[in-house]
Amino acid sequence: MPTNTPLIRAENLSVKTGRRVLLDAVSFAILPGEAISLIGPNGAGKTTLIRALIGTMPISDGTLFRRPGLRLGYTPQKLPLEQLIPMQVDRFIALSGERDKTRRREMLARCGAGGLQAAQMMDLSGGETQRVLLARALMRQPDLLILDEPTQGLDQPAEARFYQLLGEIRAETGVAVFMVSHDLHMVMAQSDRVICLNGHICCSGTPGMVARDPSYIELFGQCAGLAPYRHHHHEHCDHD
Amino acid sequence: MIEPFLLKAALAGLLIALIAAPLGCLVVWRRMAYFGDATGHAALLGVALALSLSVPPIIGVLSIASAMALAVTFATRRGVFAADTVLGVFAHAALAIGLVVAAVLPGVRINLIETLLGDILTVSGSEIMVIALGGLVILATLAYGWRGLLNATLSPELMAAEGGSLTRDKLIFTLSLAVFVALSMKLVGILLITAMLILPAAAAAPLARSPERMVMMTALIGSVSVLGGLWMSWEMDSPAGPSIIVVAAAIFALTGLWPKTRNR
Repeated sequence: MPTNTPLIRAENLSVKTGRRVLLDAVSFAILPGEAISLIGPNGAGKTTLIRALIGTMPISDGTLFRRPGLRLGYTPQKLPLEQLIPMQVDRFIALSGERDKTRRREMLARCGAGGLQAAQMMDLSGGETQRVLLARALMRQPDLLILDEPTQGLDQPAEARFYQLLGEIRAETGVAVFMVSHDLHMVMAQSDRVICLNGHICCSGTPGMVARDPSYIELFGQCAGLAPYRHHHHEHCDHD
Repeated sequence: MIEPFLLKAALAGLLIALIAAPLGCLVVWRRMAYFGDATGHAALLGVALALSLSVPPIIGVLSIASAMALAVTFATRRGVFAADTVLGVFAHAALAIGLVVAAVLPGVRINLIETLLGDILTVSGSEIMVIALGGLVILATLAYGWRGLLNATLSPELMAAEGGSLTRDKLIFTLSLAVFVALSMKLVGILLITAMLILPAAAAAPLARSPERMVMMTALIGSVSVLGGLWMSWEMDSPAGPSIIVVAAAIFALTGLWPKTRNR
């Protein structure tokens, strides 16, 4: 199989629940080794799109093509039930199906979570949780990592360390990354491509292209503290 | 000399405590106490329909509880209401419909107190056999699907991304729960089935460091509750089912005071 076969290709992907259209004719492809960031305002359908890619959200229309034998690694935003189920970190990693304790320890250490094996999942800080989740996702030697807001709730140094780790792992393994993010600075610095979603794809392309796109500015320009540059916009665009 | 009926009650109760342990832990981890109520309360309708159709009550309970469990599972998937609201509606509607149907169906005579509160002291040898066999099926099924059940509990998305089947997980969980309801209804009564599931598990939670340890602690606490409740019932002439739950609640209060042993 040629190496440039897309890992995932969505064509006119739509998701509806009842009368609400959550995703409207979304088309894109993820190529091997690519780092793509998915940005968009709250309620834009980012989590819906991720669920559709994973297969937990039924697709109403369009097609979703996965390269045969594609191995996915996924990190959820958080573990909603971690407060109730007693579980040590090493056991959590083992639940991915990895039986070799040494490999589990090495992967945790690689992700900067060495020494946490015996800790309870519920005692981890936000940054530690993300590292453990990443270790579990990498345990399966994925072709594609899907990360759902991996830096949510992290302070800036922890966030910077996480992105540095992700960069190192990409360089070592060549894994493709599809990441939901709110931190626009990091998105701009770390991604090959950016997809801006608001129910439909508003714009996509290299970070520089997207940053100059009127629809991007319409969505993000007003929050000047986050946007890559300040902007006083007068452009008219098709979003309401 | 211990009375034979008390021995039978103890044996049946210990079996139920054992079967309830993994299911109860899953219900507690998944915050699905109302789901247990909905499935349990549907049992009354099952009993009423079985009697009017002249089939064994356990068949009626098994069918209606399974139907209820599946209906609730798929009704809470999407919708305008929060999951706990939907479950609460189902749970209480099922109980009310059961009470109405039991009252108006011609030729149906139900001992309501016994159905609602159970009567562990009149359990027969053949009923114990049914509980043992049904329990074996539940425990074997849960053991077979255990890794998937834990993964789906932690994060359904994570499980699906790793190639697991959420539908299989839901079927294993809901049908096991329905079978448990059918087996335990006679013993603790439909009002207290959820209590039998969640009280021992909740009492075990502060003591355990791994999911399996918690299941074992739950089985132990459930067993102590059964024996303590039967003793209490014998000494004080109190109803056996509620007495078992009272002991479980007391243990829950005690373990809640346990200093947190979890550390790095």
